[in-house]
Amino acid sequence: MNTIASQFTQSASSRLQSEYADAQRDFSNAPQLNLAPTIELPPISQPTEFLRAHTDDASNPDCKIKIAHGTTTLAFRFQGGIVVAVDSRATAGNWIASQTVNKVIRINPFLLGTMAGGAADCQYWETWLGTQCRLHELREKERISVAAASKILGNLVYQYKGMGLSMGTMVCGYTKKEGPAIYYVDSDGTRMKGDLFCVGSGQTFAYGVLDSEYKWDLSVEEALYLGKRSILAATHRDAYSGGSINLYHVTENGWIYHGNHNVGDIFYDIKEKEQSFNNVDA
Amino acid sequence: MDIILGVRLQDCTLVATSKAATRGISVLKANDDKTRILNTHNLLAYTGEAGDTVQFAEYIQANIQLYLMRENDTELSPKATALFVRNQLATSLRSRKPYQVNVLIGGYDTKTDVPALSWIDYLGTHVELPYAAHGYAAFYCSSLFDRHYRKDMDLEAGLDLLRMCVKELEMRMPIDFKGVYVKVVGKDGVRAIEL
Repeated sequence: MNTIASQFTQSASSRLQSEYADAQRDFSNAPQLNLAPTIELPPISQPTEFLRAHTDDASNPDCKIKIAHGTTTLAFRFQGGIVVAVDSRATAGNWIASQTVNKVIRINPFLLGTMAGGAADCQYWETWLGTQCRLHELREKERISVAAASKILGNLVYQYKGMGLSMGTMVCGYTKKEGPAIYYVDSDGTRMKGDLFCVGSGQTFAYGVLDSEYKWDLSVEEALYLGKRSILAATHRDAYSGGSINLYHVTENGWIYHGNHNVGDIFYDIKEKEQSFNNVDA
Repeated sequence: MDIILGVRLQDCTLVATSKAATRGISVLKANDDKTRILNTHNLLAYTGEAGDTVQFAEYIQANIQLYLMRENDTELSPKATALFVRNQLATSLRSRKPYQVNVLIGGYDTKTDVPALSWIDYLGTHVELPYAAHGYAAFYCSSLFDRHYRKDMDLEAGLDLLRMCVKELEMRMPIDFKGVYVKVVGKDGVRAIEL
């Protein structure tokens, strides 16, 4: 036993000695005045500022890192539940990175989350929210409320405030206690309940159509059409929105998917039917 | 651009806050309440950095309510409440990420039967005032308060004064703030009132 131990001690100490000798040789080669250990740090004092300087497209168009941005998403409450409609374009700077992005995350059969802002941030944190909601369900033997789910996300993004997260999302769902509910949550840490929200670079165009034709008493069919039409308006005017429209209807039985509508296909149908978009030739 | 106003009257304090919640160029909500009730006789109204405001207000609210539970339902006086809030902001100011929140605290001291109004900014400045405002609203309303405020105003006179302020703000502010919510903090606690 002792021999084994001494063997190890011997070899260990000899290894240590050789390392020490190496170090000494290195030190003697280059004149080292300071023997205290040092840690390499990035040569910047404010990492958050640094990140912003290299990712903020708005203030610096030459920035090296282009985060996928630009979106139109909307959700509104009405007599028959909630309608959620989103576009599907992802852009990085002036580059259209994708026309087939899924911007609605199905958190569970009763909860939907919409994505605007950084695609990665939204995708990652909303799937993370999904796991938190499932854990809540297992712990409490009860489905999570929309208020609580949105607060989990809201508190999470607030922890990361100022560190470069970029997301604007709507958490939509139905519970017995709350009925249909929509919460707006963004990366500033803002979280608020409301009846009608549009989020993203095309929000103003969507608000325009939505506000002018919105009524609480809309039928389900009318509401779905209005949601689709509002996104269409935004895709038409906002260069950073486009692709296709994903439509959802949230009821007391959970959400129902109402299909993917290619903007290029439906535009001329709707123009014909509504006699609208008169700035465009047929 | 949020508006918060406060007026201390003879037997109560009035707090008015704008209803619009604005992000960028869109008004996202037209019925946003920028106040939290701390305890039965203290109301906190807030403006400032998005996200910070509600987090800070709810943190204060939770701590004041915790005090209530620990101290066998002894309520903190308006003065003590204001000093607590001021202390939190002053501590936060020297932290890595300070709360950028300005507040008004409307209160009513049930021991002395005296209403109170405190103005506190994110730097931790605390003043007790007869009337107060934060942000751009202060530029318009301070002069109106200076001109029309009287020490012996009752509730109706106070509401008239607020109506005058809101009218001026609606006329001169470049952005629609969707009207105001008004809360009264008096002997019987906090209640909402139509202007």
